[in-house]
Amino acid sequence: MIVFFIRRLGQSLLVLLIVGLVAFSMFRFVGDPINNMLGQERTQADVDRMRVELGLDRAILTQYGIFLKKAVQGDFGVSYRQGRPVIEVLAERAPATLELALVSGALALFFGIVFGMYTAIKRDSFIAKSIMTASLIGVSLPTFLIGIALINIFAVKLELLPSFGRGETVKIGGWTTGFLTRSGLIALILPSITLGLYQMTLIMRLVRAEMLEVLRQDYIRFAWARGLKERSINFNHALRNTLVPVITVTGLQLGSIIAFAIITETVFQWPGMGLLFVNAIQFVDIPVMAAYLMLISLVFVTINLLVDMLYFAVDPRLRVSGGKG
Amino acid sequence: MISRISSFWASDIGWSFRGSPVAILSAIMVVVLLMAALFAPWITPQNPFDPSELNLANGFSPPLQENPFTNDFFVFGADNQGRDVFSTILYGLRISLMVGVLAVAFGLVLGVSLGLIAGYVGGRVDSIIMRTADIQLTFPAILIAMLIFGIAKGVAPIEYRDQVAIWVLIVAIGLSDWVPFARVVRGAAMVQKNKDFVLAAKLAGQGPMTIMFRHILPNAMSPILVIATISLALAIIAEATLSFLGVGAPPTKPSLGTLIRVGQEFALSGEWWILFFPALTLLMLALSVNSLGDWLRDALNPSLKS
Amino acid sequence: MKKPLLVTAAAVALMTSSAGAETLRWGLAGDALTLDPHAQNEGVTIMLQSQMMEPLVSRAPNGELEPTLATEWAIKKADPTVWVFKLREGVKFHDGAAFDSEDVVFSLNRARSQASQMKGLIASIAEVKATGPHEVEIKTKGPNPILPAAMTSIFMLDKTWVEANKATVPQNVAAGEVTFASTNVNGTGPYKLVSREQDNRTVMRRNDDYWGMKTFPVKVTEVVFTPIQNAATRVSALLSGELDFIQDVPVQDIQRVKSNAGLKIETQTENRSVFFGLNVSDKLHGGNINGKNPLADVRVRQAMSMAINRDAIQRVVMRGQSVPAGVIMPTFVRGWSKELNTYPPTDVAKIKAMLADAGYKDGFSIQLDCPNDRYINDEAICQAAVSMLSQVGIKVNLNATSKALFFPQIGKLETDFFMLGWGVPSYDSEYIFNFLYHTKSDAYGSWNSTRYSNPELDSQIKAIAAEVNLEARDAMVKNMWETVKKDAVYIPIHHQMLNWAMKSKYTVTVDPDNQARIKYFSIN
Repeated sequence: MIVFFIRRLGQSLLVLLIVGLVAFSMFRFVGDPINNMLGQERTQADVDRMRVELGLDRAILTQYGIFLKKAVQGDFGVSYRQGRPVIEVLAERAPATLELALVSGALALFFGIVFGMYTAIKRDSFIAKSIMTASLIGVSLPTFLIGIALINIFAVKLELLPSFGRGETVKIGGWTTGFLTRSGLIALILPSITLGLYQMTLIMRLVRAEMLEVLRQDYIRFAWARGLKERSINFNHALRNTLVPVITVTGLQLGSIIAFAIITETVFQWPGMGLLFVNAIQFVDIPVMAAYLMLISLVFVTINLLVDMLYFAVDPRLRVSGGKG
Repeated sequence: MISRISSFWASDIGWSFRGSPVAILSAIMVVVLLMAALFAPWITPQNPFDPSELNLANGFSPPLQENPFTNDFFVFGADNQGRDVFSTILYGLRISLMVGVLAVAFGLVLGVSLGLIAGYVGGRVDSIIMRTADIQLTFPAILIAMLIFGIAKGVAPIEYRDQVAIWVLIVAIGLSDWVPFARVVRGAAMVQKNKDFVLAAKLAGQGPMTIMFRHILPNAMSPILVIATISLALAIIAEATLSFLGVGAPPTKPSLGTLIRVGQEFALSGEWWILFFPALTLLMLALSVNSLGDWLRDALNPSLKS
Repeated sequence: MKKPLLVTAAAVALMTSSAGAETLRWGLAGDALTLDPHAQNEGVTIMLQSQMMEPLVSRAPNGELEPTLATEWAIKKADPTVWVFKLREGVKFHDGAAFDSEDVVFSLNRARSQASQMKGLIASIAEVKATGPHEVEIKTKGPNPILPAAMTSIFMLDKTWVEANKATVPQNVAAGEVTFASTNVNGTGPYKLVSREQDNRTVMRRNDDYWGMKTFPVKVTEVVFTPIQNAATRVSALLSGELDFIQDVPVQDIQRVKSNAGLKIETQTENRSVFFGLNVSDKLHGGNINGKNPLADVRVRQAMSMAINRDAIQRVVMRGQSVPAGVIMPTFVRGWSKELNTYPPTDVAKIKAMLADAGYKDGFSIQLDCPNDRYINDEAICQAAVSMLSQVGIKVNLNATSKALFFPQIGKLETDFFMLGWGVPSYDSEYIFNFLYHTKSDAYGSWNSTRYSNPELDSQIKAIAAEVNLEARDAMVKNMWETVKKDAVYIPIHHQMLNWAMKSKYTVTVDPDNQARIKYFSIN
């Protein structure tokens, strides 16, 4: 286990390095930051001078090398757009995204499993079919359109929920939270539904598919034959055995929720890292883009590591070969 | 051809198909949309991709009303450029279907192959593939699209750039799509490879390719189908999303997604038809693909047959 | 030395509870980049700063120069290269320190320094001298009749405060610097900074000691400034009552806002023209057609200009929210006239004859480069142009990209046919000629991507910069405009219009530079 863990840690570090390199080689395809940084009155000489100051005239590998050297010392540079240290900017934005991801992930997991089980057990009931159809409609439209539709209905027409932002936040240490105020909690509703809808449907369909399969297996039939209670069969036997694929997918989705909060955050002007990244792309804010991508890959690598660990815990069959790698 | 159809009709799957009104309805819907897209040039009143056929004066013509400036008439109305919405939907459908199908095919082939290899071979190969997956997941489709777009722009001659944009979308969406396939197939392969029937096949001298594709892959079919189903609809939707973020199909040759992106700008202003009809078409397409996939999964799954 | 600038529970409580408070919740597409007044020369940045800091001379919403921290200014009789500014007395910074000529000398020198992004605006200044506690003299490199107009976005800082906080050099982001002045403010303006979380919310409260409390309405007691990028969300937030005032209203949503009983729209022609540029050199970047560049022929350029149906673009794409243009000069600029703004009607037969005359009977193919996130409906305008040009046989391939890709492309002359918009902060023709028509060189013509080079015009551009006799200068400018109009280097499309949407209780004049200044807002 420890060997496995150390080896995975080493691989993860390599992943981070490669992500950084790939990121740096693609920035010039995003655009050129200089026009955004100089006013309309800039001369050609100003442009040339700034290119040198930013080090954009150097080879990509050199630029990446300089970035890494500073990053190791904890210095991720200064945002071209905000003029503040990238670390500070990311730390300011992270709570918004993490809270949104947490809420929509929890909603997706809870409703995904509940609806998935229900639609598997009561396969042919009207409610089960309605749930399946409604969820399908939800994932058959682009996220941004769902967000805009929700704003139109709940903010403009009904004037019930806010159309943008986090509401009032409370600062605890370095963390701003929206969980402690009424307006903060209300502000979470529409964005978390928008963000979690797709994940929920995915989990629900997966749970349903696996449940249907497991419910037909011999040992479940034995359980019925032994006269076990329905609830016990559904939860202890059937659900348990559907968990491996559910854990895999959910684990992956958690990371995706954070990474793909980009669209939801843009639509709802949610002041998180996704919005920061969209702004960074538009401005070609290289230090922010680099740090954001490194951070997201760190999240993915960690989640994947945890998912693999969970495999060991849940499925004993894997333990045999697990020691090797 | 006819004997093929009748043999399908008589088979187990055919039997299950006949018993499912949702499947029949979805199949009809998919076929209708497919045909409409395929024969678009012959059934549309206008070629919306030819700028010389457009008249700006027709812009924002409402459905079923004569435009006071040009006396032209549009069943589904006209968009902000004076394009016939009906024609544009059918032409856009072609692009959306092509992007969706090819992107999923690309992601599926890539993901299944890599997942099988990773799970079956294991060890260092597994590590490399799965860490590549980690890197892949890190890069949002938008950034991949921008990267490929940038390179393609540098390489492709001006005349072909419109076509290039479509292929960029296919590769970008396909690339961001393969990881779930790989993860699930790998999971299945890791479980199955130590099972008795696989070991028996090995002892019988069957090669790794045969074992992977004949013995292991079928056991992962159910999750693959679930993922592929959602992926196809999702790929079509992803195209719309990329368009919303500014890297979609070119505005002069809009896909269904581009039309929705343009249409949503008029969601508050009363020109509902520019958004409504394309969104409805996308919804019908994605819904019927998803429903068809649902049915197919149940019908193909051997363990669900009683 | 950094103050945390986050909205705390306490700040929120204060925001909502103060009695008789008149809070303005203000939404727009972008946020200011920094609070350092000399670090970024960018519209929204200057607008946010201008609520808290002030220049010597401002431009009032009606376009006139307005005394601000200076009460009078004039060219010194003895020396035409020296401007004398009399400063307002009794003005205090937010921290209570008095404003005097020391601060002006310090601020102008800071704005002229190497790291400043405002230095291009006041490059003509040679020296700034305090000649009394409330008088400064500014010496320019040559006679400069329009210096005060160039200083309207150069804000004054308190020398002592800046030095105490070690911010004497403007923030240089390129060098990775962070300064105290980029997140803190001590100005003389009508509003004080309460809190700021970039890209999210900036809160300002009225400075009750403001010198202009009697001169201007200054009715709003608290301003909550919120950037909302997505246009649909921004308009929705206004319609749902979460915002009181928004800028950048999409043209298609104007009717929707007007139909809401509690809201209204104020409109004004913007100080910005939008136009197409053409590569007039012998060589097309995209490869010559039959060994020639068709755009080098003035007949082709005139035919293309004629093919653009400006009235149709105005009616359909802009929904009436634009002024069709025959010249690339915004209507407020000195030198503009109805005559210059005339444009030819679209006459397909005549255009085809002109093209045939030039040897392009069957037309030709060309790429149009266009931004899709910079000007109002930029992509839709380009698409309309593609369709209009294709109707006269010119096949146009549209390349619409983000401004981050677009501007470097035209800067590097990797384009033959492009869209551009141009605002004129000095309200003077010289600014346009200098950047857009002068032969591209290190100091001049930095935005001229047309390869147009006219040595005679170049020398006239330098001449008008120093001409103090306004009548003679106006005549020269008129002459120059006629030359470039005849040469059809650019195809003017229109002058943009600004739309501000707000609760009906506010009365405000829209500023042509899209610079909303809350002190002008009055409340009924």
